[in-house]
Amino acid sequence: MGISRFVLLVFTISMLASPALSDLVLSKVDRRIYLTSHIVRISSTLEVENAGPETVSKVLLAFPDLQAQNLAYLMASPHEAKAKVKGLTVGASFTFDVLAVFTHALRPMPEQIGQADIQLVLYRDSAYYLSPYVVKVQSLSLKLLDSRIESYTTLESTKVQGSEIKYGPYENLPAFSSSPITVHFENNLPFAIAQELVREIEISHWGNVLVTEHYKLIHGGAQSKGEFSRLEPQARENVQGPSAVRYLVAHLPPRAHSVYYRDAIGNISTSHLRGDSKKTELLIEPRYPMFGGWRTAFTIGYGLPLQDCLYESEGRRFLNITFSSPMIELVIDTLIVKVVLPEGSSDISAAAPFFMKQWQETKISHLDIVGRAVVVLEKTNLVPEHNQYFQVYYKFNRLSMLREPLMLISGIFFFFVACIVYMHADTSISKFSASYLAKQQWEEVRVAIQQVHNIICRCLATHDKLEASLRDLSRTGEVQACKAARKSTDGLLKELSKELKPLMTFLQSSPSAVQVLSKVEELVAKERELLEKLMAKHSTAVEAYEKKSGARDIENRIALQQQKITALRQEVDDLLEFIDEI
Amino acid sequence: MSNSSTSDLLKPFKLKTKQQELLIRVSILCLVYILAFITRLFSVLRYESMIHEFDPYFNYRTTLYLTQHGFYDFWNWFDYESWYPLGRIVGGTLYPGLMVTAALIYRLLHFLRFAVHIREVCVLTAPFFASNTTLVAYFFGKEIWDSGAGLVAAILIAVCPGYISRSVAGSYDNEGVAIFALLFTFYLFVKAVNKGSLAWGLASAFGYFYMVSAWGGYVFIINLIPLYVLVLLITGRYSMRLYVAYNCMYILGMLLAMQIRFVGFQHVQSGEHMAAMGVFFLMQVFYFLDWVKHMLSDTKLFQEFLSITVTCAVAAGGIALGVGAASGYISPWTGRFYSLLDPTYAKDHIPIIASVSEHQPTAWSSFMFDFHILLFLFPAGLYFCFKRLSDATIFIVMYGLTSMYFAGVMVRLILVATPAVCLISAIAVSATVKNLTVLLRSKNKVAQIGSTKGTSSAKASSKASLDQSQPFQKNGAMALLFGAFYLLSRYATHCTWVTSEAYSSPSIVLAARGAHGNRVIFDDYREAYFWLRQNTPPDAKVMSWWDYGYQITAMGNRTVIVDNNTWNNTHIATVGRAMSSYEDEAYEIIRSLDVDYVLVVFGGVTGYSSDDINKFLWMVRIGGGVFPVIKEPDYLVNGEYRVDKGAAPKMLNCLMYKLSYYRFGEMMPEYGKPPGYDRARGVEIGNKDIKLEHLEEAFTTSNWIVRIYKVKPPNNRW
Repeated sequence: MGISRFVLLVFTISMLASPALSDLVLSKVDRRIYLTSHIVRISSTLEVENAGPETVSKVLLAFPDLQAQNLAYLMASPHEAKAKVKGLTVGASFTFDVLAVFTHALRPMPEQIGQADIQLVLYRDSAYYLSPYVVKVQSLSLKLLDSRIESYTTLESTKVQGSEIKYGPYENLPAFSSSPITVHFENNLPFAIAQELVREIEISHWGNVLVTEHYKLIHGGAQSKGEFSRLEPQARENVQGPSAVRYLVAHLPPRAHSVYYRDAIGNISTSHLRGDSKKTELLIEPRYPMFGGWRTAFTIGYGLPLQDCLYESEGRRFLNITFSSPMIELVIDTLIVKVVLPEGSSDISAAAPFFMKQWQETKISHLDIVGRAVVVLEKTNLVPEHNQYFQVYYKFNRLSMLREPLMLISGIFFFFVACIVYMHADTSISKFSASYLAKQQWEEVRVAIQQVHNIICRCLATHDKLEASLRDLSRTGEVQACKAARKSTDGLLKELSKELKPLMTFLQSSPSAVQVLSKVEELVAKERELLEKLMAKHSTAVEAYEKKSGARDIENRIALQQQKITALRQEVDDLLEFIDEI
Repeated sequence: MSNSSTSDLLKPFKLKTKQQELLIRVSILCLVYILAFITRLFSVLRYESMIHEFDPYFNYRTTLYLTQHGFYDFWNWFDYESWYPLGRIVGGTLYPGLMVTAALIYRLLHFLRFAVHIREVCVLTAPFFASNTTLVAYFFGKEIWDSGAGLVAAILIAVCPGYISRSVAGSYDNEGVAIFALLFTFYLFVKAVNKGSLAWGLASAFGYFYMVSAWGGYVFIINLIPLYVLVLLITGRYSMRLYVAYNCMYILGMLLAMQIRFVGFQHVQSGEHMAAMGVFFLMQVFYFLDWVKHMLSDTKLFQEFLSITVTCAVAAGGIALGVGAASGYISPWTGRFYSLLDPTYAKDHIPIIASVSEHQPTAWSSFMFDFHILLFLFPAGLYFCFKRLSDATIFIVMYGLTSMYFAGVMVRLILVATPAVCLISAIAVSATVKNLTVLLRSKNKVAQIGSTKGTSSAKASSKASLDQSQPFQKNGAMALLFGAFYLLSRYATHCTWVTSEAYSSPSIVLAARGAHGNRVIFDDYREAYFWLRQNTPPDAKVMSWWDYGYQITAMGNRTVIVDNNTWNNTHIATVGRAMSSYEDEAYEIIRSLDVDYVLVVFGGVTGYSSDDINKFLWMVRIGGGVFPVIKEPDYLVNGEYRVDKGAAPKMLNCLMYKLSYYRFGEMMPEYGKPPGYDRARGVEIGNKDIKLEHLEEAFTTSNWIVRIYKVKPPNNRW
């Protein structure tokens, strides 16, 4: 890769032969040009020999001006995997491979075609390898699709074998020699070009990496002209619109989930997702088949498990993810990759395998206070070969993860606190207005009634005690214990009625208690009556026991009183309930 | 022992009856609030979070503009993309309430740092407001009857199909918030009348302002409230409370409503608002008379004074109205208003109103469909209201009766009647259930006493039934209660079914069952609109029937000639004329309108029946209404509308026919039928050899539902 960057800077044909350059000789050049898609790939094997007096450590590669503009990717590697040389000593030779990938190198000809026509394209190159060095032996082969070849330049020793055109071998050509050739052939493959692709990779330390890709796509082949017809593609599917982009295939990482496919106006329902352990294949159809020159725009998105792309080294975390689009055979004119790091990341740096523009932004997303740091990378003219891994390093404290849930919790907490404060706060403006005073008085009355209620309840509890003592009496026959109980309850009740008195006088005096006063008074009266009845019953029972009358006899005597007591008790209970609800 | 100890333990947590009731009430309300929201989410689950139908697309587009450009730009927005070449002053011709509400919710969420998309806010605005409406219904029910009726009203309105039809998720239309505003205003006004407090009157004025900003239906409020006041005055229920409430609401409400540009001075100038003003003056006369009565002790003298003043006041009012109308200061009633009072008016005079299906008179079946048991509970509720007449019940009775009348006139006004029907039915349900449970509970108490006595429960119940004078009362009450619950549960299932089957389709995406029972989606509309957006020049002008105007501008982002804001009848008639002329004549019109693309909707392949061929007669009628060259009989054969071989020659060669059926004659849409068999109308088309001279097919969607034609430039003359 080091070579590629260097050569990109020095490719030029205007460079005149200098002594250092002429020292090298290309003893054998073997070029294979693949014209099997709309991306042109030239793979060359070069054998370089040092014919000069010094050790050489650099080799220059040259490209014609026409191609240089379209060069997207250049890669040189030694032909034999293990061979490694520091410099080329005098007389030594070395073989290496060069892969050059070009975009927009095929020109449609004719430039406009009807919907049913096939698409013909033109490719231009030189039959001779363009090099600042002398080339001893060279050959060229062009690999086309298995389809019609409209025309091609015939030179000496040109052969056509099936879908392959061969030029050469040519021997002993001087530096910078060239001989233009043109191939005109059928290529119906869809020329899908993304004019702009924005990839947003958002990291959440809660376990997800969200990838969103916004495409602006154009069919870069021959322009469509004339009338559109829906009839023919439906009737004779194979004949019609051969060069139209009908679908695109994306190879997503194996554990991709939550995949979606939509555009500015909603979901697009035509897509298929197949997955296995090695990859996830997403097949998407644009809303309409794209003929030459037609555009579309869409967004795909998917989630990846965090542990598949996030690693740690030397106290820093790094994201390791592919750089370019997962679509196959897609040319991208401008690619912008945004890596959104979690809020609170620091010490950020990006490492990419090739040169590109870089800067940082902030993005405000869910529950952010200062915004998330975004690393933005921009590169133009990309081909699938660029789809390599790149890394973004950053430092992130695990505790920062808790920030957002805590914010939510505290938000809800403060909301409830505010509600409680509002419920308890006195929001009235005037403290002396009649309604405010009335409200306050009513509040006091309510408290008093509550107290009355409590006292009556306690009275009733003592009644229960009396009843219990009676039951004990009937079981054990201990008259003395029963009498003692009676005495203690008497004392208690007296105290209670003492407590009741000031409350009653308050209620009688208070003007706001008028509506409820009658009920309260009734309650007190009934309670008193109940007590009297109860006492009477108690006395009768105790008396009867003292006289040692029979159980049946006692029951008969009590029964009448008992009925009255139950009725009274019921009334008191009802009244209590009523007062309780004030 | 253990029993008593646990009860002792729980004693501090034991709630009083009142607290228990409050807890139950609040939890029911919360559940109803959630229910009202989630029952409207069918379409989001079945399709996606998207905007439905036609008008919501305009609202969505304007909301987007509001959030992107701010309020002042929105207010001053002149839209070049619609009504080409006239344009539309958007800020001055819409009710901004909905957009402002959605934008405020959006801002609030963003302020709280929830980075939601404005589309999600728009989609969920209607369900959110429906939930709020249930709360208002509860308070309203509580105000007019009791809290039980309020609860029932909240439950009924939460799932009532009549309301759901306009408030499902994605139906981002004015009605979504307007029903909330309407009910809220009414509630506040009734509260103000009951309390006679200035604060509630003020609140109702603001509620009215919100309603005016949200929907043209505010005219209903400004006519119903004066009518109600008038009824109170006539029935001798005039009070100081009423005086305060109405004056405050009217004066402040009027001033506030004038701030909405679309309403402006209509409040004092248009005939529709005059009733409110008349009642306002009448109130002053009443007040004055009251004062005079107070001052004069002589009743006879007062009677004379009364007759003189009333005559004078009525005469002055009549003269003022006459002069105003004659001088043109007071504008007469609009066509829409007339068509409400006289259902046949629109059919004869304004075909553009009559052409909309939701403006048709309501069929009985749709009452049944939208109200179900409420239709029977409504009269029962009226009976209970009359039994316990108060200011509040008079209001709800009047609201119910008037809105029921309007619901009968126009299908879409069922929506306005729904809250009233729900409230009145809730009174019926609540009163009935309450009476029945009182019967049941009184017996239970007797039974309880019996059990405390220690006798066996069987004995107690037999004793209890012996005590009763009517032996089968309890059983009868039981049976009636079960009946009521059965009916209510039927209502709930019916509502859910209706919501899921009828009211949750976005109508922009069509779904059908395929041959193998699988779900087939026809997404042709969006396919076509997105094609327009991507593959036509940004300044291209698209001509289509007005139904699709809003969608084309919102989704296709292209200029249209006419759209769903049918403010210029002539312009629409021109398009109608172009569609119903021969291609040569149509081309002249198309050139004069500077049209680049013509879009038609065609359902012949899929059997989609609401396409342009079925709407075509309205185009002819509307076109013919302005341009007498177009005559409806030319397109009919013996008064019959047909597209097959027997169709009228003008029909077979008009532009709409040609554009719809272009190259359709070569197609076999259905196996076993001849080519050119129109599945929407079930006939073989009459003209299979269609040649286009001035237009060419630019795009047709995969199911042929939308077809777009490009207008060719004129031929060189030499």
